[in-house]
Amino acid sequence: MLDPHVPPSRTPRADPSVPTAEQVATLSPPSATTPPAPSSAAEPAGARTLLGTAWLRIRRSRVAVGSLVVVALIVLFAILAPVLSAIEGQDPYTSLTGPDYLDGVDTPGLPLSYYRYPSTDHWLGLEPGLGRDIFARMAYGARISLVIALLSTMVSVFLGTVIGAAAGYFGGKVDMVISRVMDLFLAFPHLLLVLSLTPILQSRLGGTALDSGSLLPVASLVIILGFFGWAYLARVVRGQVLSLREQEFVEAARAYGASRRSIIFRQIIPNVMGVVLVYATMLIPTNITAEAALSFLGVGVKDPTPSWGQILNAAQAGNWYLSDPWFLAVPAGALVITVLAFNLLGDAVRDALDPKSSRH
Amino acid sequence: MTTPHAAPLLDIRDLRVSFPTDDGLVHAVNGMDLRLSRGETVGIVGESGSGKTVTSQALMGLLKDTSAVVTGQILLDGQDLNALTEAQMRAYRGKKIAMIFQDPLSAMHPFYPVGVQIAEAYRVHNTVTRKAAAAAAVDMLGRVGIPDPRRRYDAYPHEFSGGMRQRAMIAMALVCEPELLIADEPTTALDVTVQAQILDLLSELQAETGTAVIMVTHDLGVVAEVCHQVVVMYGGLCVERATVADLFKEPRHPYTQGLLDSMPSLTGTGERLRPIPGFPPSLLALPEGCLFADRCPHTGLVPDGACHTRRPELAGPGTHPSRCHLTRPQPAREVAR
Repeated sequence: MLDPHVPPSRTPRADPSVPTAEQVATLSPPSATTPPAPSSAAEPAGARTLLGTAWLRIRRSRVAVGSLVVVALIVLFAILAPVLSAIEGQDPYTSLTGPDYLDGVDTPGLPLSYYRYPSTDHWLGLEPGLGRDIFARMAYGARISLVIALLSTMVSVFLGTVIGAAAGYFGGKVDMVISRVMDLFLAFPHLLLVLSLTPILQSRLGGTALDSGSLLPVASLVIILGFFGWAYLARVVRGQVLSLREQEFVEAARAYGASRRSIIFRQIIPNVMGVVLVYATMLIPTNITAEAALSFLGVGVKDPTPSWGQILNAAQAGNWYLSDPWFLAVPAGALVITVLAFNLLGDAVRDALDPKSSRH
Repeated sequence: MTTPHAAPLLDIRDLRVSFPTDDGLVHAVNGMDLRLSRGETVGIVGESGSGKTVTSQALMGLLKDTSAVVTGQILLDGQDLNALTEAQMRAYRGKKIAMIFQDPLSAMHPFYPVGVQIAEAYRVHNTVTRKAAAAAAVDMLGRVGIPDPRRRYDAYPHEFSGGMRQRAMIAMALVCEPELLIADEPTTALDVTVQAQILDLLSELQAETGTAVIMVTHDLGVVAEVCHQVVVMYGGLCVERATVADLFKEPRHPYTQGLLDSMPSLTGTGERLRPIPGFPPSLLALPEGCLFADRCPHTGLVPDGACHTRRPELAGPGTHPSRCHLTRPQPAREVAR
């Protein structure tokens, strides 16, 4: 998924003929550990909020709990990067070159087989060419990749919710202008645009407060991905708000004198948070792959700063993956697991928040 | 009009509301007049599309900032609400004039506890702490007859029964002690026993607070039970105004007579109901003459076919005017009730 801005592959109305991974997974026979249905009777019958019910449903779904655990492990992996690489005894920047580590004859730069594969010294081997520790780079890279994905998602979600709600609530000319802008954003070939805009933005930001260390590429990716990801969500939110503003409880709020701001933020926005939450969990993996794609193509995070896309880029740069696919397998595998976990989690959140879902 | 106190609380003069649509202007209200004193209850009766709800929306100013065209005066304590902007109107809504909706489930926010919503309505017009607003909401919940109000404060609308929800809705509307309460079919969604409880509650609270009430309904039974005065609406016009007793005893307008005739009688012995034939006029192109002429059984009694060419004025004795060319009312058929 190179284009970071296509709608999430599984929007709430996915093609029903294609079973989702979760549906496939739930086809497996229920295990004895599945809590028996009557356990719901133990729950208090009253005062169960929407989020409370959703949390209950997530806890009862093995796929949801599994993906939640995997996501939590990935986040921990990123947070504990310094600790983990200290335990390993390596750091992400030290180059181990020379004939002790790297082949100097047949394929110059290819790590010797002890250093190429997982070992007690280097848990995931050494990087070809520069001889840096891949495990440490993966851990530190996870920080960069996740931070970029989370922050850009937050930017997109914020912009999309506010702009979409404004379009839906105010209607008329405001709606028309915003809707055309959304169309414009959705019609652009995003990858091309992002590819060409990122270097420009990076050079523009050069010399500003953001220009220190790895902050510049991170900030520019957050801005670019966030700024180009809001349009789809805005359109969804606009549609929701259009129908919500005609609801009687909005009229009732007007009837007791609520202000326009209070109606938007207290009455309408809480009702779209379900959709927004689902969209956000689906946008995170999209942005993770987008960051990887951009770094892989050389416009995102630059060496020596590690990110998963940058590690992929390093494996590809000198055609090292032709000598040994292992160099691709590590970052690509991590990306696949992460994206899959986030997508399954997004599915589970969507199911859990759907009041019509009969799954418990 | 029946109780000519110094100045009426509410004085609506020639209220007209129309909505532009793709097919043309829809004339929903076409010159409505209404006066209401403090503490009085007036019923607005009419079938669907007669302009009852649009009138109450116009009163609340809910049609401001929409495409609807509202003309005429809505004088509340001498202040013309129709001349106010949306922002100015906000100070009146809830504080001076409040509204109860037909379906309390859809009129309450599904995500907030009932008490929080009542407290919110209180806080809009009273600068108090959250705690004080919550206390006011609990107090109000108790006053509308919800048992254990402190615990019920945290319940969500869907956890209430229909009657409880309507009680909560009433609490929400009355928490700021408005001078005028508009009840838009407050009992339509309820079953009959609960309906009676809610009407009793409204009467009690009204006696307690002196709030004037506009009861919008299509149920003549509700009108008979709680209203002092009745306004019968047809095609966006008031066709007859009378005290409840007069209206049931001596309906003057043929439409009112038709309405009363089409009610099932409690003493009836399997007699067939007599529905009013035909359909209400299209609000897109109102007939020049009487709006009811096409369905009226008495047009033959009026000379020159005036019913179809000239619209009658609201005329007759001050306490019981009707909008009909027949100067003398037709002998009313006997009305059971």
